[in-house]
Amino acid sequence: MAIVFDGTRESYVEGLSEFLGSGRNTLPEWVTDLRREAISGFGNTGFPMLSDEEWRFTNLDVLRRTSFSIVGNGISDVSEKTVDSYGFSGLSCVRLVFVNGRFASPPSDELRDEEGVIATSLSKAACEYSDLVRNHLARYADYEKDPFISLNTSYFEDGVFIYVPDGVVFEKPVHVLYISTDEGQPMFVNPRNLIVVGQSSGAKVVEHYVSTSQNVYFSNVVTEVVCGENANLEHYRLEFESQKAFNFSTLRVNQRKNSNIASHSVLCGGALVRNNIHPVLAGEGCNSDIYGLFMSEGRQHMDNFMRVEHASPHCDSRQFYNGVLDGRSKGVFHGRIMVHEGAEKTDAKQTNRNLLLSDMAQIDTKPQLEIYNDDVKCTHGATIGQMDEEALFYLCSRGIPMRKAKIIMLRAFTNETLENMSISSIRDALEDSVMQWFERRLENGSGR
Amino acid sequence: MLEVRNLHVQVDDKEILKGLNITVAPGEVHSIMGPNGSGKSTLAQVLAGKETYEVTEGEITFQGKDLIDLEPEERACEGIFLAFQYPVEIPGVANTYLLREALNAKREYWNEKPLKHVEFAKLAREKMRELGIDEDLLKRSVNTGFSGGEKKRNEVFQMQILEPRLSVLDETDSGLDIDALKIVANGVNSMRGTERSFIVITHYQRLLNYIVPDFVHVMVDGKIVKSGGKELAQELEEKGYAGF
Ligand SMILES: Nc1ncnc2c1ncn2[C@@H]1O[C@H](COP(=O)(O)OP(=O)(O)OP(=O)(O)O)[C@@H](O)[C@H]1O
Ligand SMILES: [Mg+2]
Repeated sequence: MAIVFDGTRESYVEGLSEFLGSGRNTLPEWVTDLRREAISGFGNTGFPMLSDEEWRFTNLDVLRRTSFSIVGNGISDVSEKTVDSYGFSGLSCVRLVFVNGRFASPPSDELRDEEGVIATSLSKAACEYSDLVRNHLARYADYEKDPFISLNTSYFEDGVFIYVPDGVVFEKPVHVLYISTDEGQPMFVNPRNLIVVGQSSGAKVVEHYVSTSQNVYFSNVVTEVVCGENANLEHYRLEFESQKAFNFSTLRVNQRKNSNIASHSVLCGGALVRNNIHPVLAGEGCNSDIYGLFMSEGRQHMDNFMRVEHASPHCDSRQFYNGVLDGRSKGVFHGRIMVHEGAEKTDAKQTNRNLLLSDMAQIDTKPQLEIYNDDVKCTHGATIGQMDEEALFYLCSRGIPMRKAKIIMLRAFTNETLENMSISSIRDALEDSVMQWFERRLENGSGR
Repeated sequence: MLEVRNLHVQVDDKEILKGLNITVAPGEVHSIMGPNGSGKSTLAQVLAGKETYEVTEGEITFQGKDLIDLEPEERACEGIFLAFQYPVEIPGVANTYLLREALNAKREYWNEKPLKHVEFAKLAREKMRELGIDEDLLKRSVNTGFSGGEKKRNEVFQMQILEPRLSVLDETDSGLDIDALKIVANGVNSMRGTERSFIVITHYQRLLNYIVPDFVHVMVDGKIVKSGGKELAQELEEKGYAGF
């Protein structure tokens, strides 16, 4: 039976009791309490309005008008072959698969190795490793203030749980595949992920969102990451949702002393996309490298909201986002850097470069520095431009056909972010998808 | 090889070339000199096919073909090469990659097999040694962060790899120290032959001591106003353009 939300604030608030009674809530009782508490966040605000400073470039009226429902029962209609087709060739990894927000056990390689590394579904982990999950779940992502985190915390069914104990460097990437299928009506799915990397440990996690059909659904993701002292995490978020999907996601990272994270986002799918990246550099000497590439066409809208919080001294952060926009698409880059009072010797840098392939495409880029400390170095820069005509002519004057010259230029642009990925098979696969995307654009007569 | 007749070119409704004529036979080296803004680079860019310059009148034939109808890449494959006065920086595109793509595009145009990586590398290394170019420069992004002289040398390097029939060198000597000038001149001279022609645009007679031209043309206000032998360059050096 489906739980239907008609778009109103009330429907999302009142739907919770139905959800809790539906048998879909397979998590322990303490999570139920959490859900009840979390929903009041959304109850207080509903979907944000344009008048909200953090949402001034993204109109959510369409969410308020569209009905979504929690339906479907997982893996049933996704073949192993389909699942395999989303793999990265040559990549040896641990694979976990979720279909419409629920864990698909057979194609997944659940892991509990002798060193204590765990990779499984959050719903299982909440039962089996209750303390571990309870210590961290919903401790970082703020469900009181953020309406999407509130909804996710209230309605999530599953997601990935990854735990790397102290002193273990887990080399194998964990490939987490989230597949959306056509359930005959617009779905509401809430993947919820928790990644805990212990002291002096390392992990590589690839969140990969795909869809088997081009239908409408609302995917609302929250990932919480705890990066222990002196730990290293490389995190990927590859968003290839349906072109009609609504995709909201939050990556909330808590970094302890001397930890390093690299976050790589590639956004390609979705009609309306909001990508929140929110690391808190909580301990001294942290480093955050945040890379992103977003590509939009048609009437896609992609809103990237960065909030890099420097809460301790001697931390470095780098934001490096590139956008490629075609058709009538719109992009937003909102880069906020917050430097707290005690965070002296902060070094924060932000760059956003945008390539417009059409006259109709539009980008709003906005740096925002909130600095409560004198002893900091913060820089930001943004560029918006078309493909460099002089460079294209230069390439053509050497005999390279125009089409190829454009491809070369686009590749150079997108590689500025992709080249920072350490997993080469993923980098190569993404480079290919970027090229395929661009070839399609060229075929449609765009990409001037 | 090249015949330009009554060429009129405008940009943004402003006429820059005003009835220019020049004929270059195979094996010849022509030098064009002239004051700043007289249209020398415009001519060079028009020959290479830059679209911002509109040809309103006149003809350009290259080896019997009407050049005006050809795209820049077709002209390049037909054998025209422009060494830019201001080589363009292209961050993120490796110099070697550009060159290999360019060379293979040309080979494909002539129905030849693409050059293998090793063959290309060997060829590139050879030419680089001759031009005193650091191998490092090959791996770096095209012209990005190159010094003025490195950019010019890189243009000559590309010319050597692509082996054009007609090379247009637009102030390739500007910004070169005396040693580099000799190296670049040697690079050009080593390519001279009965089938290859050059148009050398320069402000300095100095270059022409090393690359000795068959003809020198004076360009003023979009036209060739005087042509002569190599001694004309010497005359210009002494008297300037005041007489034109
Ligand atoms: N894209 C353009 N838009 C507007 N004006 C242009 C453009 N390109 C050239 N011009 C003008 O045309 C004239 C000729 O320029 P050109 O660069 O051909 O001169 P030049 O002879 O090469 O000069 P120099 O010796 O300084 O290199 C100049 O007045 C220049 O300002
Ligand atoms: Mg010039």
